[in-house]
Amino acid sequence: MSEEKYIPKSKIAQWFDSRLPLLSMAHHLREYPTPKNLNYWWTFGGILTFCLITQIITGVVLAMHYVAHADLAFESIEHIMRNVNYGWLLRYVHANGASMFFLAVYIHIFRALFYGSYKAPREMIWIIGMIIYILMMATAFMGYVLPWGQMSFWGATVITNLFSAIPLVGEGIVTWLWGGFAVDNPTLTRFFSLHYFLPFLIVGLVVLHIWALHIPGNNNPIGIDIKQRSKDTVPFSPYIAVKDLYALLIFLIIFAGIVFFVPNILGHTDNYIKANPMVTPSHIVPEWYLLPFYAILRAVPSKLGGVIAMFGSLFILIILPWLDTSKVRSAVFRPLYKIFFWILVADVLALGYLGAMVPEGWYLFFGRLATIYYFVHFLLIMPILGFKEKTLPLPTSISEPVLDGKN
Amino acid sequence: MNASYLLLTTIIILLVAFLYLSWIFVSNEIENKDKSKTNRRDFLYTASYTLGAVGVAAAAWPLIHQMNPDASVKALSTTEVDISTIELGKSITVLWRGKPVFIRRRTQEEIVEAQNIKLSDLKDPQDDKDRVKKPEWLVMLGVCTHLGCVPLGNKGDYKGWFCPCHGSHYDTSGRIRKGPAPTNLEIPKYEFIDNNTIKIG
Repeated sequence: MSEEKYIPKSKIAQWFDSRLPLLSMAHHLREYPTPKNLNYWWTFGGILTFCLITQIITGVVLAMHYVAHADLAFESIEHIMRNVNYGWLLRYVHANGASMFFLAVYIHIFRALFYGSYKAPREMIWIIGMIIYILMMATAFMGYVLPWGQMSFWGATVITNLFSAIPLVGEGIVTWLWGGFAVDNPTLTRFFSLHYFLPFLIVGLVVLHIWALHIPGNNNPIGIDIKQRSKDTVPFSPYIAVKDLYALLIFLIIFAGIVFFVPNILGHTDNYIKANPMVTPSHIVPEWYLLPFYAILRAVPSKLGGVIAMFGSLFILIILPWLDTSKVRSAVFRPLYKIFFWILVADVLALGYLGAMVPEGWYLFFGRLATIYYFVHFLLIMPILGFKEKTLPLPTSISEPVLDGKN
Repeated sequence: MNASYLLLTTIIILLVAFLYLSWIFVSNEIENKDKSKTNRRDFLYTASYTLGAVGVAAAAWPLIHQMNPDASVKALSTTEVDISTIELGKSITVLWRGKPVFIRRRTQEEIVEAQNIKLSDLKDPQDDKDRVKKPEWLVMLGVCTHLGCVPLGNKGDYKGWFCPCHGSHYDTSGRIRKGPAPTNLEIPKYEFIDNNTIKIG
């Protein structure tokens, strides 16, 4: 990065910084040149960092009261809700925090899709981001098992059974995951351990995600390459920092509204019934943020096929930088892609809706249609569009369209 | 709970205000320019930082308070004990709030011995009358005031209790007589509900 060498003012700071350049790093983060036209869709990175920290803090605190044992887990959650000082608040923040985390991450991902943030030279940011996303889903799933309610138990049973679709070794893998012949105490304790561990892995990946971002610098709404430190950039602090903070406050108001007024709106009532391995609830649904993938899983009329389609839908996201053949990043200058982007948004929302419905009749039909379209978008439309689409002329700088080329 | 919360918030506000004012002072000294007077922007900064500090304190409090005794622990803060089966000269140990409580039915000899001591001879002077509600019944926490071990009964140089950890001797009223412990064995809050029942806590 084109940045002049930072030298601290005081002698002590120089001594420290030449041995451990934390001050240089803080300076870099403050002065980091950011495109001046970043809009509010760019504030979700900061919001996501906040979500991760909130989840870790409330999670560590909840673990002080939670008991990871099949006989005691459910009661310990009720203990947190009724007895522990502010336990209800901590648990509702943690549970709804997961939903808010996913809401923010979906906006963050679709932002990247719209403005082409995954394209060269930002492929590594995108790939690390996708790994974070997959780990988030694993962490959230295992966290949902911990209260040991009916949905926890049967969700765990269904999701772990996905692996039984693997030919030959499938059954062995499932038994290994369970530590027994059904979801039981060994499953719960290992899920608790991993649910505690994975967020710290995510923290490490977030550091890499930001590191990879700071090499080429931020993409921007018009998607053109800009010179670092030019009239097109502003220092991160205070310009972007204040904008991020403002967006975070708005986000927090919505978050607090859910926590204080409708804390159970995203939960499922069946999870307030203790796990019973003898009775499956009449209708099993995962948490809302996993529904699109659940719809894809059920759309394929074959056990192995469904599992492959579901994991495939994630895998094609990882290789997206090479599926998109267009040289132009931002959808602002891609009239056709812009249309297909919104169709994809509608398609994923539809998959989410269909994932919550019983897969019969028209629901199953549209579920299959939406699944096919999802793959068509990434495997056919994206590669072909790059060659066929007539893109609009790109400005040479961020200032140009505004200042009419006078800058 | 609310008092500590208010205290904490006030401290943080004062701290932020202090840091801010000292920063203003220092920066004015250094720059010493025409903008050395406090202006509206300074007011906005102070107001925002203060509000931010209050917000952070409000959010931090539940995270701190959750470690205090919860409702289920507080619900166990009284224990009722049936003392009708304790014979003269015997004692029982009951658990109250996770700590042992000694209940001893003292003999006349022990009572006399406890009452007839000169207060000036004691390390932590306290009259036996102030340590019991009925002279026959001695109720006290079985936790050595030195470092928290449980003293053994009918032991030691004063026929009271003896702590095996570091050798503190207590007399028949549970007062410290010899050894490293600084104070007498603590008397918990208790009351006689009737002649046969004590409520501790």
